[in-house]
Amino acid sequence: MKNKIFFFILILLSFVLSFPQNETVKDENGLKLDPAILKEFTIKDVRDDDGTKLEISCQKILEGENYLFKLYRKEENDTTLKVVKTFNSFPVKIVDEGLSYQKKYDYYISVTDSLGNESEKCLITGSVSPKPNLFRTEKTILLLMIIVYTAIIVFLVESVRKGKDLFVRKISGLDTLDEAVGRATEMGRPVLYVPGSSTMSDIATIASLNILGPVAKKIAEYETKLIVPNRDPIVMTVAKEVVKESYSEAGRPDVYNDNDIFFLTDSQFGYAAAVSGIMTRERPATNLLLGMFWAESLIMAEAGNTTGAIQIAGTDAVTQLPFFITSCDYTIIGEELYAASAYLSREPLLLGTLKAQDYFKGFIIILITLYFFILLISWLTGGHIVFLDKILEMLRFIFKS
Amino acid sequence: MKFINFINNLDKRWIYLVLALCIIIPFIFPVGFPMKTTPPVKSIYDFIEDSIPEGGVVLIGADYDPSTMAELHPMAKVIAAHALSNNLRVLFVTLYPQGAGMAQDAIDNVLREWNKSNPDNPKKLGKDITLLAYVPGVSAVVLKMGEDITQTFNEDGYGNKLSELEIMNGIKNYKDINLMVELAGSSVVLTWLIYANGRYGLKMGIGTTAVSAAEYYSYLQSKQAIGMLGGLKGAAEYEHLLGKKNVYGGRKDASIGMDAQSSAHIFFIILIILGNIAYFVKKKKEGK
Amino acid sequence: MFVRRTLPLLVSAIFGVALILQFFVPHPASKNFYNMMLDWLIIVSAFTYLIAVQSTVELHVTKIKRKVEGWQYSIIVLVSLFVTAALGIFGGAFMPTTLWMKIFPSVKPSDTTPLMYTYLYMQMPMQSTIFSLLAFYMASAAFRSFRARSFDATLLLITAGIVTLGRVPLGEFIYKGLPDVVEWILKYPNMAAQRGILIGVQLGIIATSIKIILGIERKYLGGGK
Repeated sequence: MKNKIFFFILILLSFVLSFPQNETVKDENGLKLDPAILKEFTIKDVRDDDGTKLEISCQKILEGENYLFKLYRKEENDTTLKVVKTFNSFPVKIVDEGLSYQKKYDYYISVTDSLGNESEKCLITGSVSPKPNLFRTEKTILLLMIIVYTAIIVFLVESVRKGKDLFVRKISGLDTLDEAVGRATEMGRPVLYVPGSSTMSDIATIASLNILGPVAKKIAEYETKLIVPNRDPIVMTVAKEVVKESYSEAGRPDVYNDNDIFFLTDSQFGYAAAVSGIMTRERPATNLLLGMFWAESLIMAEAGNTTGAIQIAGTDAVTQLPFFITSCDYTIIGEELYAASAYLSREPLLLGTLKAQDYFKGFIIILITLYFFILLISWLTGGHIVFLDKILEMLRFIFKS
Repeated sequence: MKFINFINNLDKRWIYLVLALCIIIPFIFPVGFPMKTTPPVKSIYDFIEDSIPEGGVVLIGADYDPSTMAELHPMAKVIAAHALSNNLRVLFVTLYPQGAGMAQDAIDNVLREWNKSNPDNPKKLGKDITLLAYVPGVSAVVLKMGEDITQTFNEDGYGNKLSELEIMNGIKNYKDINLMVELAGSSVVLTWLIYANGRYGLKMGIGTTAVSAAEYYSYLQSKQAIGMLGGLKGAAEYEHLLGKKNVYGGRKDASIGMDAQSSAHIFFIILIILGNIAYFVKKKKEGK
Repeated sequence: MFVRRTLPLLVSAIFGVALILQFFVPHPASKNFYNMMLDWLIIVSAFTYLIAVQSTVELHVTKIKRKVEGWQYSIIVLVSLFVTAALGIFGGAFMPTTLWMKIFPSVKPSDTTPLMYTYLYMQMPMQSTIFSLLAFYMASAAFRSFRARSFDATLLLITAGIVTLGRVPLGEFIYKGLPDVVEWILKYPNMAAQRGILIGVQLGIIATSIKIILGIERKYLGGGK
């Protein structure tokens, strides 16, 4: 008997609990949204945006209800209501996008029961308009990094200008450039300069054109023929200017031939085939392959290797470096390509930036090492030291930024 | 010793000839070794299979030309077919004029094969799949797409207004694209990763040549790309996965080439071993 | 001097700084400026192809005029250039144009265009051939240069052997766990080395960009200094 009573009470209790007991929605006159819920809704502007987003949220906890809520938006001087989102649980956070900061918006909410009856649409709050922001706060660290890096560069450039001596390690690939050009002169054969397969938006191409300047000057002094085939029309135009200026600077504008710097094709392997053809036909004594290269690198380097030319290659494309190392006499690896301009000219201003690169690299190494050791200690101690976790979190934030 | 001298003075052309035979013979007498699917390939497959709702959009970047088509074209076809099999919309985009021809060929091929094997669920150009018109500017195009795709291209590759195409319903910018798979053998992959993923948060997968594949592993670990198809093997693995679904009857171009690649790789290893034997014998002799 | 030197330096400095700042400012005005810049870039890019055509025509016409060795090939280049362009303009890229269908009434809209025909049956086989050369060159380079000269070289050699074998089904047939070993090599040792180089490269890229914006680096404008 006792069990039966207990069972009966249990059933009754479950009925009571499963019944919508929240203050939600129904009264004698039909479906109506509880003003208490409405009060909980907030509308605020989304930070760090262009004034096109508003965030509508409600922290109220409401579960187990079989109702559907609809959020509507209405422009201030308009009569039509547009559905922003339909949802069925609380708390809720909705970001309404695609708005204009020059307009004001009203937001309404309604509730629909399982039979499809929709309540009256209730205004959440007065008119709101999104605000455009002037700064992305989440990018502060990135901006700081740029400022610090630029400041270090400017500071070092200034100190070099004042006469501070900077040590730059030997880069054999660049040291040999003179010798390679000299060899072509001795043999009476041309020098082939390939500025890579990429466009001007690739900094490696700009770095390559920076090397082309001093090389062309040397070639003009020796009166050797220089061939520069291009894959990109803009690169070709810039290369022409660089060579023309260098020839003028060397006092030999008469030796410059506009047709020696030309466009081949924008096809990656068509370009490689054409360059290989030039290597075989013209038999340059020196091939300089400097810039950005991809899968076509080996085709050019091997063709040059077959003709017996002295080859100096340089790229920051990591996967192509092994091919250049096997097929060329000297290879300029990664960042050495960017250092080339300063290295060749020994211009104090440019040398200053090299040092800045080193300092920043040191800073990154310190951060990575610090992260590694703290992570190791945290792992060894089972992650119980809150202080370490905070530092890790901070470092992760810096890396992500 | 005679053999060592022969190896040391071997004419390159003999190597070329044997390599050619190593590649041709398996096409005539295929073996068909079983294949394991690697995680980078599976994660792209799983994402298209499970994480994109019906009607979602897959953008395929056809930034390759006929030279690298042997490795990349099978990827374009198999990914497009997979997306269609899940009733997703497929947009092809190219940043290079040569890529437009490749994309057009892939669309033609996939549509033909799909409609042949699924007459009850036919797919239509302009409704389920299309190619965005070629617009010059490379990185500028990638950035502009992040703002407004229709404004960037105006038309599809066939001259139809994008705003009037059914496939473009609800697509404004990268926010409306569920996945982008960039197929290229050049650093244009990085352009997409830096500008589309880095700046606009576009979810990306990579398809690249075997030569360049090693370069992109760091982007997989940093989760800038969800997965990668590296070279012919990557494409073959994907074909194998889609084959299990049994919905698409297209030719398995990549899988057919795997035997030839196996024998070529073995030949490479033999060459390296022979080269080293000759080197050590010569060194020993010179040491004496 | 102002037009050739100072003006380009000013343009790169102003637009360089403006675009960096734009990245940090989400205001609609900044967005409009950014969109305008992108439009300009796209428009300018379209015109670069004219420079390409001009350069190609000039180079080959000069070769023909001067009758330099192999000048006959220059005729082929020029004829191919103009015929392909004409086929594209009059015949259409992916769908035959109405003009083409009027000239050839038997052509249907679903037919392959003449431009696509040249692409599929001329460009495709020719370019694929060039790419396939890579396999031959790789074989000869591997044979010639892959020597266990030192401990480092031996390590590289063994790793290369494992990766080469593990990237094909035959490797998996020989040892089932080989693809996993390859994945591990690519994911960890390969990536660690690459990241080291990449950090240096990226710093070099940033430094070069800053140098250009600040006007410290100006060799790309021509001249030794």
